[in-house]
Amino acid sequence: MIEISNLTVRFGGVTPIDGVSLTFPGGTCGLIGPNGAGKTTLFNVLSGFVSPASGSVLAFGDDLLAMPHYRRARWGLRRTFQTERAIEALSVFDNVAMVHEHTGGRRSRRRQEVLEAIELVGLEVSPDELVGTLGTRERRLVEIARAVVGEPRVVLLDEPAAGLPEEETEHLSHMIRRIPEERGALVILVEHDMSLVSACCELTSVLDFGHLIASGPTPEVLRNEHVRRAYLGTEEEL
Amino acid sequence: MGASSVPSHLRAPGRSPSRGGTQSRTIARGAGVVAFLGLVLLGVPALRNAYWELVLLTSAIYTIVALSLALLLGRVGMISLGQVALLAIGGWIALRLGFATSMPFLLVVLATGLITSVLGTLIGLPALRLSGLHLALITLMFAAAITLLLEATQFPNGGSGFLGHSVLTTAPSTLRRPGFASSDAAYYRLVVVVTALMFLLTIVHIRSRPGRAWAAIRQSEAAALAAGVNVTLYKLWALALASFMTGVAGGLLAASGGGLTVYQFPTQNSIILLAVTLMGGIVSLWGPVVAGLLFEALPALLRMWGLPSDLLTILFGIGVLQVQLTAAAGLASQVPKDLANLVRLASTLIRGRTGHQEHLG
Repeated sequence: MIEISNLTVRFGGVTPIDGVSLTFPGGTCGLIGPNGAGKTTLFNVLSGFVSPASGSVLAFGDDLLAMPHYRRARWGLRRTFQTERAIEALSVFDNVAMVHEHTGGRRSRRRQEVLEAIELVGLEVSPDELVGTLGTRERRLVEIARAVVGEPRVVLLDEPAAGLPEEETEHLSHMIRRIPEERGALVILVEHDMSLVSACCELTSVLDFGHLIASGPTPEVLRNEHVRRAYLGTEEEL
Repeated sequence: MGASSVPSHLRAPGRSPSRGGTQSRTIARGAGVVAFLGLVLLGVPALRNAYWELVLLTSAIYTIVALSLALLLGRVGMISLGQVALLAIGGWIALRLGFATSMPFLLVVLATGLITSVLGTLIGLPALRLSGLHLALITLMFAAAITLLLEATQFPNGGSGFLGHSVLTTAPSTLRRPGFASSDAAYYRLVVVVTALMFLLTIVHIRSRPGRAWAAIRQSEAAALAAGVNVTLYKLWALALASFMTGVAGGLLAASGGGLTVYQFPTQNSIILLAVTLMGGIVSLWGPVVAGLLFEALPALLRMWGLPSDLLTILFGIGVLQVQLTAAAGLASQVPKDLANLVRLASTLIRGRTGHQEHLG
């Protein structure tokens, strides 16, 4: 469980997150909102790339904000990026293995756990393949494999469907649902593809201009009139 | 999830259908390296040309410096315009250790590498938060400061003791060579072997944990942090390794003959070294070899042909431009590809002509 209390982030005169209190209980939780709502900034706070002006974040009882950023991965916090950042110069295997070796994974189990992560995301390329030679879809999957290898406790997925064709949604939703089921990790999914959010997330929270405007069961949240207005400026159904 | 849940195509990384091709490529590469080492170790001394032996010896030393720069730039993404200044520091430390102690030569070179490594890392500390142009400027300023310091202290100065000072202009400035490599040919071979060891040290790093961490840092520090990489630690590690190798090169240079002088390390040499390293290539390990030859052997060729050495500045300028525009991986990667294309083109032309003649016949 992640408990965020009164979180505020300021960049000069801009406040991308303003006094947000939010709980992610477990399973796969959606985090949606229009562009500029503060979703990625919240991920950056959890990852340690942005220091909040105030507030606290408790993850499974641990004070996340007190940890150095690189230690958070060792603790079990993993993430992907809106623009995928799989390491081009390394092979698929080494991309995943490097996360395993830097997050305290046991050397004796490395090969097995890396291959399991590659299998979980459904990558059908040779582990020896250089990531720089792969297409967008495969690179995204490599990045997700990096996030689920070993013993993740919290996996932050930042728009995993971005740049992928609609046919990928089914594969992605199946794969994302497997993460909490097989790894026991809490997944927070930031996504604009509402069909993916509906398929994966029982609970969804909505940010708009740095404020939490709705949180609860996904179907109810997507019918919420504030949410529709925030997304479309109208009350059309999402 | 157990082992059985891993599909067959994933069970044995490194055993893909292309494995056979990869193996034969590795064998071919290994054979190429052995042949090259054989040529430089045995072929060059066999020529019995003292001038070219000295030129190639210095090229090997600058190959180590280019290797350290390529490691920082190509593997970690850190630019340094201060490597030649570090080389001077290495030379100075080796000489002082040689004057002050009776340590064996190889131990002096090792100690020089370690001391330069500590100094290079300390100097690099403030630069850790900088990148790109700012880091380039800071390291260039460092190189300029070192040049001034060398002039002010009458580098390398052959007074006794580690910090001894002599007012004599004839004070020694050469490190004594080891007994087993006192002749020029033997010392040349020793330098080539040490250069090969520096490459081995780099390869071991690149193919293990630090190499993977550096690859992540180079592409995206955020992605590296998210993967649990201690970015500061691994940047310092790279600085320490690069400084160690440059220090070793300084130690070798100190005994290369003729002695060290302040004029060997002008600030602009750091910029020229960057240019030739970029031209050689910062990813391929052959790149620094090409860079070492461009830095030392090309000027020697120009001198031999009676051409002005100022021509080099123009040549290197055009070279960097050409490499950046058409062959970003550098000459070490581009030339073999171009040669392969040329061979393919020639064989196509020959086959076409033969076919045409048969048709006419």
